[in-house]
Amino acid sequence: MPLNVPEQDYMYPGHVACPGCGAAIAMRFFLKAMGEKIIIVLPACCWSIIAGAYPQMSLKVPVIHTAFETGGSVASGVRAALDMKGDTGTTVVTWAGDGGTFDIGFQALSGAVERNENFIYVCYDNEAYMNTGIQRSSSTPYGAWTTTTPGRSWKRMRKKNIVEALVAHRIPYAATASIAFPEDLVRKVEKAKDIKGSRFLHVYATCPTGWRIPSEISIKIARMAVQNNIFPLYEVEDGVKYTINYKPKEFPVREYFKLQGRFKHLTEGDLAEIQEMVNEDWELLLKKAGD
Amino acid sequence: MKKVLEGSHAVAEAVRLSRVTVISAYPITPQTHIIEYLSDYVADGTLKASFLKVESEHSAIASLVGAASCGVRTFTSSSSQGLALMHEILHWTSGARLPIVMAEVNRALAPGWNIWADQLDSLSQRDTGWIQLYCEHGQEVLDTVFLAYRLAEAVSLPVMVIMDAFFLSHTYEPVDVPEQELVDRFLPAFKPKFQVDADNLVALSPLVTPNFYMEMRHNMAKAMEESILQLAEIEEDFSNIFGRYYGPIEPFLCDDAEIIMVTSGTVTGTSRQVIQELREKGEKVGLLKIKLFRPFPSEIIRKALGPAKKIAIIDRNFSFGAGGIFAQEVRAAMCNLSDCPQIFGYIAGLGGRDVTTDLLEDIYWRTKKSEVLSEESIWMGLQEENHAVERS
Ligand SMILES: Cc1ncc(C[n+]2csc(CCOP(=O)(O)OP(=O)(O)O)c2C)c(N)n1
Ligand code: SF4
Ligand SMILES: [Mg+2]
Repeated sequence: MPLNVPEQDYMYPGHVACPGCGAAIAMRFFLKAMGEKIIIVLPACCWSIIAGAYPQMSLKVPVIHTAFETGGSVASGVRAALDMKGDTGTTVVTWAGDGGTFDIGFQALSGAVERNENFIYVCYDNEAYMNTGIQRSSSTPYGAWTTTTPGRSWKRMRKKNIVEALVAHRIPYAATASIAFPEDLVRKVEKAKDIKGSRFLHVYATCPTGWRIPSEISIKIARMAVQNNIFPLYEVEDGVKYTINYKPKEFPVREYFKLQGRFKHLTEGDLAEIQEMVNEDWELLLKKAGD
Repeated sequence: MKKVLEGSHAVAEAVRLSRVTVISAYPITPQTHIIEYLSDYVADGTLKASFLKVESEHSAIASLVGAASCGVRTFTSSSSQGLALMHEILHWTSGARLPIVMAEVNRALAPGWNIWADQLDSLSQRDTGWIQLYCEHGQEVLDTVFLAYRLAEAVSLPVMVIMDAFFLSHTYEPVDVPEQELVDRFLPAFKPKFQVDADNLVALSPLVTPNFYMEMRHNMAKAMEESILQLAEIEEDFSNIFGRYYGPIEPFLCDDAEIIMVTSGTVTGTSRQVIQELREKGEKVGLLKIKLFRPFPSEIIRKALGPAKKIAIIDRNFSFGAGGIFAQEVRAAMCNLSDCPQIFGYIAGLGGRDVTTDLLEDIYWRTKKSEVLSEESIWMGLQEENHAVERS
């Protein structure tokens, strides 16, 4: 079945992302929906590399590379300058990893969203610091191995709920999206494009290298995360109006975990515990959505 | 028009007259008045700018990196802890070749909390690739903001206009505030050498391999170097329009001086008086104010100080394990002279302690009487008996 997404591509082939990289797929679909009237602010992350080393670039849109924690702040300045120049037609987009968003860049992001800066912030989430070699972030899920949560010290804290943190700012638009649901992703980008003020997209982006999975199951893993409620697809408008976009049938998390090397140490008991957490989070979301 | 203005107000007036487009700042004593005046100007439309009230200094400078990348004139101001917090992005600004101008109010670094004058904050940023200009009085601060924009935009490097906490930021002085028309003549609208917009496919500040990084840094080094000449030309232009001139250094009664005292910032004003009085007593003493600290105008300083017998450098700062920072730089500039004067380094006025005429005079007499050259810094005015804290 052909995908119902725009034809035009704004990425060149031959970029240096690993095979099956969800971050590259996320960018490709995002740009298809976004078009070229944009400026991308790109803090340090795997995408700093994928976008190309001087004098080459893999994107067909302008990029300002910036320091790791400045996604929210640099974009604020770009917006202010464009507005002063009368360029209100260009959309400012920050494209950052989970580390640059959940952790080191959270302050600048929170500041920008509190000021309701007119921009779109996209966090492609691969659940760790991949650029520096798979270290844990506050987006790393409970149970995961990373190079800083090795062996028996696998991560025992839950993943930070970034969308809820932004919703607490009463952000005009926040949504989750997944590389396995490109039509949903494209629709959300198109919707975000037409909203004024701060907009946040949280995109699930598999990382075969860091998750210890074969590259050919990159999309499959992303699809499973939605189907088993680990990564629900939903939107929140003005910090209050929740819409859940996809309600899966009961689907246990077990297989999702079994397929990934980063979880291979988990026992059946651990998995049962995780299943409970996932159920609990899902119930909470249903309640917020009034469903 | 002559007005009696606080130093902070003089800065704000200069920023207004420079027609800055984007301002971004975060409050810290003693810089707050600057951004309060500017908030008023932007709020009442006197200055048509966008003022980002960001959540930290780090975001203040980072947001200007974004704004300046789009080719508009930008301004920020900070001090002490705030400047230290910006450190990473100070490097970024110069590396990205963005002509951002900052008013930096020299304040001590904690602990202990101290909001008073001390140069260690800006001097700790000496390797960040920012041009640094240290000012003495309100008029100079106002004028230097104009010079800073011209210079920054000519060489594509950021400039810090630096002023002492309270002694300058909060002191009222008569200041000539020029007409907009004159300022426009000296400082036309910013014509960026590069900028990002949606129709201009560029990637600014990307990954750079060892194949190119060194050349980029060398270009920066050349731009820094060039800024000494550029500043001279810009100042000539400035003096033609406004009738005032400062220069990278300002010698005072140095011509036949056997001892030259070297200062920066507001200590200079007090020193002028002391030097004058000593001259009246027949002492062969002169004063050299260093305004341009980065790039360090070594050649110009060598010429000015070379003929003296002894040099006394007064540092309101201290680099632990090394000494006063102006002293280090002057020593480095002078060391290859075959007949190098003796150089004495004095530490005075840290954390806002007064540098009085008595203390300055004391420095002069000590320098004159010293037979042997001490490489070590001489700390002036310490209350050793009363307040020394034993840590044994
Ligand atoms: C201030 C600072 N600290 C650390 C780094 C090193 N660093 C660069 S990218 C990165 C991790 C990025 O993680 P994330 O945002 O999740 O993006 P990913 O690489 O996973 O795509 C780190 C730690 C840096 N560039 N700057
Ligand atoms: S490490 Fe992961 S996120 Fe980074 S390029 Fe490779 S697959 Fe993509
Ligand atoms: Mg990541």
